[in-house]
Amino acid sequence: MAEFLQHILNAIVLGGTYALLGIGLTLIFGIMKVVNFTHGELYSFGAYMIFMFSAMLGLNFFLAIILSMVLGVLLGGIIEFALLRPLRGANIDTTMLVMIGAWIVMQNLEQLSWGGVAKSINHPFPLDPLVIGEVSVSWIRVFVFFFAVILIIGSYYLINNTKLGKSMRATFQDRDIAALMGVNINRVYTATFALGSGLAATAGALLGPVFVVTPTMGDMAALKAFAIVILGGLGSIAGATIGGFILALAEEMGAGYISSGYRDAMGFILIILVLIFRPTGLFALKERYG
Amino acid sequence: MNRFKSIALVLAGTVVASVSFIATANETIKIGVSQPLTGAVAASGNYVTQGAQIAESFINDAGGVLGKKIELVIEDNKSNPKEAVATAEKLIIRDKVSVMMGAWSSTYTLAVMPKLMEYGVPMVVETSSSGKITTSGNPWIFRISPTSQMEAKSFGTKVDQFKIKKADFIVVNNDWGRGASEAFQEVLKAKGISVGTVETMDAKATDLSAQLAKIKSSGGDTLFVTSGVEQITLVLKQMKEQRLNHQVITTGGSSSPDQLISQAGAAAEGSNHLLFFAPWFPESAPNPSVATKFVNEWNKRGHNFAGLTEGFRGHDGIMTIAAGIKAAGKNDSKAIQQALWDVKVKGVNGNIEFIKQGPAGKESAQNVPNVYVVTIKDGKIALP
Repeated sequence: MAEFLQHILNAIVLGGTYALLGIGLTLIFGIMKVVNFTHGELYSFGAYMIFMFSAMLGLNFFLAIILSMVLGVLLGGIIEFALLRPLRGANIDTTMLVMIGAWIVMQNLEQLSWGGVAKSINHPFPLDPLVIGEVSVSWIRVFVFFFAVILIIGSYYLINNTKLGKSMRATFQDRDIAALMGVNINRVYTATFALGSGLAATAGALLGPVFVVTPTMGDMAALKAFAIVILGGLGSIAGATIGGFILALAEEMGAGYISSGYRDAMGFILIILVLIFRPTGLFALKERYG
Repeated sequence: MNRFKSIALVLAGTVVASVSFIATANETIKIGVSQPLTGAVAASGNYVTQGAQIAESFINDAGGVLGKKIELVIEDNKSNPKEAVATAEKLIIRDKVSVMMGAWSSTYTLAVMPKLMEYGVPMVVETSSSGKITTSGNPWIFRISPTSQMEAKSFGTKVDQFKIKKADFIVVNNDWGRGASEAFQEVLKAKGISVGTVETMDAKATDLSAQLAKIKSSGGDTLFVTSGVEQITLVLKQMKEQRLNHQVITTGGSSSPDQLISQAGAAAEGSNHLLFFAPWFPESAPNPSVATKFVNEWNKRGHNFAGLTEGFRGHDGIMTIAAGIKAAGKNDSKAIQQALWDVKVKGVNGNIEFIKQGPAGKESAQNVPNVYVVTIKDGKIALP
């Protein structure tokens, strides 16, 4: 029983960050129709930024997280402005190739500037875990979970209750009509990409101190984010949130009770099932074509 | 006119470059090196390469081999078996190396091995420990690192001091990890020690909480960990989070205890590590002068001290290759393959010489290296 509860607790804690990764990607995917291969690199960018601010420059840990978040938003904005805006009318293959290129360049730049040796970041939380009955969880993970939940609620609010959110949703439903109605599409795109990238960078900044920071840490994160987006349906924040928790639960239970060798396969088995039985994702939003 | 001028300049430059290329090609003996310089296990690959470069300058300072200087041609296999094959092919076909060293992970080495057969080029294996490498009948393999079986057997002579009753395993899910878990289980069972759960983890996995939660419920007292230093750091940190109080023993020699102390901090306290070189005590190595000279040069170059437990492999590998070329008397793959069988090299790990392993008629060469155990105690490395 203790083992089962521990698996559930682990899954909830892990699911929060998966959701954060998934939301960023699903917004970009859904609204811009861009397959964003740089998502994982924004994740490792966030992790390296908190390493720089907190471990190297000795700034306050929480301030370092905020700074990493802001820089992630900025970097996302720059990528959109420099790479995606000139390709606005281009077909999806062209954009995909450019994004793959950007991914490789970014990963190698990280390798060049930080080296291949893994970096470790100290955090101000106690090392002894929080013990609840028979299960335990580290304090930093509790913090990461609640920080993620706040960001998820924030994103939800932004999309549903603000003017920018309304323009985003309008653009998602039909780009051309939205443009005709006076929505500034370029601004929506830049904002979407910056927001999505900022969320990925924040996930990196939150998880960097939990794990270790390496230039290739983003690969697996990006793969999981894609899995979550397919699971939850394009453009759906609620879908990505639930998708993140489902993926974490599938991995934990799969590793705990079937085989840890297939831990990372569990998520992809789920995707295959979803694609067979509900190809639009579990919680897909309605989208208008034509 | 300007354009013609620049074309002429480019042409002239190309001619000069190719002439000087031919000139250097005549003066040096090239040795191919395939290591993971980027990707999941980049840290280790870079350390091995730094060690190899130290051996290169030691050899060249002493006059080179066969009157020529040696030159390492270093290729990045990107922590990826497919890329490892590409590097081997590039080194053999384009750089025309007669002998090479590589490829760190057992998985990359196993991927490269068919190419050695195809082109008839010997390779000194400096790190990989999967038994399959020397038992699959590839006569071009010369391994200086211990197999997991050798490591486990050597550990077997020291096992009593750890007072193990029931052991669990968490290993990286590749040829190295699975091979190590089998070899150590065999030795433990022979000693009457029971084995609990055996968990695997993807080489890139960072969250190991599921595996550790399962291990916690097995009731064992000792956890054997086989992976690179990055993942060992994660195992130690997350063990603490889940209050898993097993005694830890890492195998494979890639644990870099200094890096663990700085990155896992208190979580590394009390852990034990099997190593093939203990750079804190070079004077107690089998060849103290070789080990001390290497450690001094490493420090002089400002390399990370934590990398010495990997870096020595590159040094010993290149020293072995140089001895092979010297004994062959010419830079020829077949002659070097023959000569390597009889070399005796004083390496940092100890004396390197090869015994036969694998099916008769196409044996691979295997060295019998030394194995050390160190413990992290009060944030410092100690002999247990």
